[in-house]
Amino acid sequence: MSRPLLTVEHLTMRFGGLTAINDVSFEAQAGHITAVIGPNGAGKTTVFNCLTGFYKPTVGRLTLTRPGSDQSFLLERLDDFRITKTAGVARTFQNIRLFTGMSVLENLMVAQHNRLMRASGYSLLGLAGWPSFRKAEAEAVEKARFWLNRTGLIARADEPAGSLPYGDQRRLEIARAMCTDPALLCLDEPAAGLNPRESAELNALLLMIRNDYGVGLLLIEHDMSVVMEISDHIVVLDYGRKIAEGTPAQIKANPDVIRAYLGEDDEAEGAVA
Amino acid sequence: MAVADLNAATRPAPATPFQAALKDAALVALVAMALAGPIVGLQTVDRGGSLTVDARFAEVAVGIVIVFFGRLGLALSDRGLRLPSYGIAAGLAAAGFLLPWPTDLLGVLAIAAGAALVIRGLAGQYGAHRQSKAALATETDEEKADRLRRLFTRGLGFLLLAAAVLLPMMPFANSYILDTAIRVLTYMMLAWGLNIVIGLAGLLDLGYVAFYAVGAYTYALLSKDHGFGFWGALPLSGLFAASFGVLLGFPVLRLRGDYLAIVTLGFGEIIRIVLLNWTNFSGGPNGIGSIPRLTFFGHPFVRNAPEGVVPFHQLFGLDFSPLHRSIFFFYLILVLALVVNVFTIRIRRLPVGRAWEALREDEIACRALGINPTNTKLTAFAIGAMFAGFAGSFFATTQSFVSPESFTFLESAMILAIVVLGGMGSQLGVALAAILVIGLTEAFRGLAEYRMLVFGLGMVLIMIWRPRGLLSHRDPTILINSGKGVRP
Ligand SMILES: Nc1ncnc2c1ncn2[C@@H]1O[C@H](COP(=O)(O)OP(=O)(O)OP(=O)(O)O)[C@@H](O)[C@H]1O
Ligand SMILES: [Mg+2]
Repeated sequence: MSRPLLTVEHLTMRFGGLTAINDVSFEAQAGHITAVIGPNGAGKTTVFNCLTGFYKPTVGRLTLTRPGSDQSFLLERLDDFRITKTAGVARTFQNIRLFTGMSVLENLMVAQHNRLMRASGYSLLGLAGWPSFRKAEAEAVEKARFWLNRTGLIARADEPAGSLPYGDQRRLEIARAMCTDPALLCLDEPAAGLNPRESAELNALLLMIRNDYGVGLLLIEHDMSVVMEISDHIVVLDYGRKIAEGTPAQIKANPDVIRAYLGEDDEAEGAVA
Repeated sequence: MAVADLNAATRPAPATPFQAALKDAALVALVAMALAGPIVGLQTVDRGGSLTVDARFAEVAVGIVIVFFGRLGLALSDRGLRLPSYGIAAGLAAAGFLLPWPTDLLGVLAIAAGAALVIRGLAGQYGAHRQSKAALATETDEEKADRLRRLFTRGLGFLLLAAAVLLPMMPFANSYILDTAIRVLTYMMLAWGLNIVIGLAGLLDLGYVAFYAVGAYTYALLSKDHGFGFWGALPLSGLFAASFGVLLGFPVLRLRGDYLAIVTLGFGEIIRIVLLNWTNFSGGPNGIGSIPRLTFFGHPFVRNAPEGVVPFHQLFGLDFSPLHRSIFFFYLILVLALVVNVFTIRIRRLPVGRAWEALREDEIACRALGINPTNTKLTAFAIGAMFAGFAGSFFATTQSFVSPESFTFLESAMILAIVVLGGMGSQLGVALAAILVIGLTEAFRGLAEYRMLVFGLGMVLIMIWRPRGLLSHRDPTILINSGKGVRP
């Protein structure tokens, strides 16, 4: 068996006296959806911020191995933008962060910045309108068009991203992350605020990304119907500690998880489901 | 109109809108008289040790007349009678310029009242226009409006360009007009350069004039002490200013917003103070004089050239005229400014330009997409500095004299005002704002100390009327659904 896409070992993050994550270890496989769940304040977003370089972990090793290559990246040593650029980790944010004044299409073009920048000869060839740059730009537009079709946003591609309804903005953020060609896609509560129909569409989109692209997904989600339906593997955090790990069926039956979600009351079995 | 009709219907004796406006204006004039009578009308004068009171009837009377007409204009404008209101505005402004006023301030007041009337009228029209448009808004209407707007801005742009190209050929183009136009274009070029830094990349740089100074002094030293010609010294000055941009930018660009503004403000002052005090290098407060004047590719603009040099007018078989030099400078700065403009328009559509705008919108999201924020900001900073350096070279060669006095914070503020007024990021808006700001400060030169007052008032009014600048609409850099396929 090849090495896992992502290995998190003994991850600890302290803010002053507060230990937001306490010695958490888990793995995520390429082509799998790994869910990270837990009550509010459990430290889920903090795990993402460590993975994507926004926080430097106090202790721990985060190793990413791109499938098909033996090269590993130690994420805790890379700058935040290099983590996306070279290691191939993309993310979305709990509170959506789009370029609201720019058009939907432009958001997806910005996501392909590094490739286009090289193709434009660091702007010199681009200023001259060099054919190879034009070709690269046309390819970038095609990639954007593909993801706009997949997310159903193509009709509004030329409108400012800020003018889209909430659900569309969430999908656009996922499309934008996919335009960076990630190996690992981290989604922070992508179903928050979606209605049931949108939520079902989101499930289909995430499964498509997993099946067709072999991308590993790391998913923070409070909506258990989403988590239990599409996850391959679930990691449960509570007060910064990992309290359980396993398949959806195992997690549903795990008494520690039920207790964490419902307090000390053991009666409400299956409430997680 | 509708409001006035309604009012008329409820009143027993129906008054026309005009009568109502007259009544309103008379009432306000009465109030003004009651207030101004004692406050303005009586002046205590120290006469030989004893205080006496002088009456100033003329001032009060004139003030009340201005108030009456100003209010009449406003009242008419509010009742939908915009044309008469504009007439009154024109009358007030003309009177302000032409009539001999008891004190200058009254003249300024009359002009300001006229300007306020025009702005109020236009704002009202714009609002009404928007309301009627919103009422009928359908998808196609919106597209049509979009197309019209694009046509309008493009047309206006070409019109301005044509006017600029033709200006020196006009019969009224004397050296004063040309020099003013050169000033306008220099500021336009600087503002377009700063627009890359502030408008596109969103970096609030309050020390932009430092790079202008670096360019000017580099040019002065290169051409005076090292014998460089204009075309050699110009790019070098630009590059040198750009390196200064990188040098300053590297440590400070990780600062955000206000902090960056303060550091750049400090940098601007440091450069000026160094130039002021490092006498051996920069001549201190005396500056650097007799910088070689620009020639027409080796042919100087002088009446009598030294032996072996053909002056410009002989080359073309013309009579000598001091205007030739101004005309050449004018076209040169026009070309330089247009280079900046075209460059900006093009680079906005390149990956780096989009990354600038993305950084302005959300730096954290940019990092999450793998964009190196420091490098990206640095390019914006360096390119902006380079254009300031070009403008500085031009300044040095046209003035043939540079001193620290030309590079005070006021200059940075002026350039910033043009960018903000124009609508951050809008090329045409910045051009219009440069004409407005420099043109207005020139036009009011006769008012001496009130000039800045008028300038400030104008800024305030425009910012009330258009808080996001004259032209604030942003066109996407690339379209996918425009019917014509992809249009970068
Ligand atoms: N930058 C920070 N400084 C100090 N404390 C922080 C910081 N970021 C997170 N925390 C703390 O770490 C803990 C975990 O926060 P985190 O945002 O990771 O929770 P979460 O599991 O994502 O919760 P939610 O489901 O509400 O999003 C919280 O107590 C939070 O206050
Ligand atoms: Mg969170």
